[in-house]
Amino acid sequence: MNTQINLAGIKMKNPVTVASGTFGYGREFSEFFDLSKLGGIITKGTSLKPKSGNKPSRVCETASGMLNSIGLQNPGVEYFAENDLPFLKKFDTAIIVNACGSTVEEYVELCRILNTLDIDGVELNLSCPNVKEGCMAFGNTYEGVKHVTSEVRKVLDKPLIVKLTPNVTDIASIAKGVEDGGADAVSLINTLLGMKIDIDKRKPVLANNTGGLSGPAIKPVAVRMVYQVAQAVNIPILGMGGIINGDDAIEFMLVGATAISIGAGNFIDPYTSINTVKGIEDYMKKHNIDDINEIIGKVKMN
Amino acid sequence: MPKQVHAKLIKKEEIIKDIYKFSVKAPEIVETAKPGNFIEIRVTEGIDPFLRRPISIYNLDKENGILEFIFQVKGKGTEILSKKEEGTDIDIIGPLGHGTFKFEKYKNIAVIGGGIGIFPLYELSKEAKQNDVKVNCYLGFRNKNFVMLEKEFEEVTDNLTITTDDGTYKEKGFAIDYLIKDMENEKYECIYACGPLPMLKAIQKYANENNIDCQISLEEKMACGLGVCLGCAVKTAKSPKDAPEYWHVCKGGPVFQTKDVEI
Repeated sequence: MNTQINLAGIKMKNPVTVASGTFGYGREFSEFFDLSKLGGIITKGTSLKPKSGNKPSRVCETASGMLNSIGLQNPGVEYFAENDLPFLKKFDTAIIVNACGSTVEEYVELCRILNTLDIDGVELNLSCPNVKEGCMAFGNTYEGVKHVTSEVRKVLDKPLIVKLTPNVTDIASIAKGVEDGGADAVSLINTLLGMKIDIDKRKPVLANNTGGLSGPAIKPVAVRMVYQVAQAVNIPILGMGGIINGDDAIEFMLVGATAISIGAGNFIDPYTSINTVKGIEDYMKKHNIDDINEIIGKVKMN
Repeated sequence: MPKQVHAKLIKKEEIIKDIYKFSVKAPEIVETAKPGNFIEIRVTEGIDPFLRRPISIYNLDKENGILEFIFQVKGKGTEILSKKEEGTDIDIIGPLGHGTFKFEKYKNIAVIGGGIGIFPLYELSKEAKQNDVKVNCYLGFRNKNFVMLEKEFEEVTDNLTITTDDGTYKEKGFAIDYLIKDMENEKYECIYACGPLPMLKAIQKYANENNIDCQISLEEKMACGLGVCLGCAVKTAKSPKDAPEYWHVCKGGPVFQTKDVEI
């Protein structure tokens, strides 16, 4: 039985990765299981300089999901390279750095540095809904996405994945911008912009008022968008949005994802990601599938 | 190091209305847990409620590997938890938190708690007293209907002062006022507090102004409890105004020195 996949030149032993911002830089989860069991790790969103993040409260629970407005708190790329990367390199898993910035210049400068590091690829975060400038501002037009992707492409030799926001009218056209900008893969979806009100205080629960919705609540939206993007582009897709088990992962692969990420699912059970690996294998056994690549995009539409 | 266990619920008791004490068999957690640590409980195998519930540890029975925690039924999650039956397993991750109550360098301490914030102070008082630290304790409640664990705290403290806001039981007023009054005769080397935010703010102000060591256990909305989601942020006291610095309740805390944080 083969579970190996190749995501835009990044070889992984299985299609299961962990989503940016839900796994830190791996240390905390390494206390529960061997990180080498994962296909890949996508790091916490990392910027050129350290970022302190938003005011609390930053998270709250919603029906079958949660809202967050962390604001990309991270120690910066220099700290990552010195302290977190050497730790992650101890494991036999693909290391993909989620890169975020506020300007095109910042993305380019950051990726210039990332290009010199011993990592397997970069996931360009054009989609965080929780920071005022940058990120999503680049992520919601074809031109914006294509421009920043092509500028980064000039300095980055490593596999380049671009992560999209779902908070757009036509996700397929935005994904086309990723492809036309020269990226190797596209990942989606980031969180859906949401809001929750404390009715006693008559105020939003999150200090930032709005936040990104994640968890099983968003899975149907994510599956639909991955399907639409798969029809529009020829580059591989890293699919995510509410996946918490093998069956969920298979859904994403059937509509066109080559690999998947576990996001908020990491919060409810530290073993969600490796249980998903097992769940995929169980599905393969049940359906006599020898190679996981056989199912990618094989949904039969009505 | 935290572990995920499926701990058997041995005993369950509603100590006052809507407040439950659970005793679970969790030797793997009890072994390394310290006063101030907390646990995260998954109340359902389903996806709603989605997140785990962070709950402080009330008592550690090291000899028998039994962990006790107390919680108030506040919403859907705690409601489901309160309905678990004795003999069933509960999915628990713990011990969590790196900032715990430290009493080793003191000989005379004050412990102050309010309402449902008093629970983590029990294990602290117990361990401190076992280590020959003098423990004077102040517990404040809204009124006589909310008073709980009086006998239990009496057993693990040297002096216990109970207050109610309206004077319907024991002393009338706020616990902090009695603590401050006692400072005329007592030389507390450290104050330990857990409770509602206004109480913690008052204690922080008093301790910082009088240069007394003070450790407080904080609460903030939390998702993972492990230090990865960075949700439960608390501002550091030395933060420059234009560039705030944040620590996290689940990782740096839940217990912090009052000098270090802005609450």
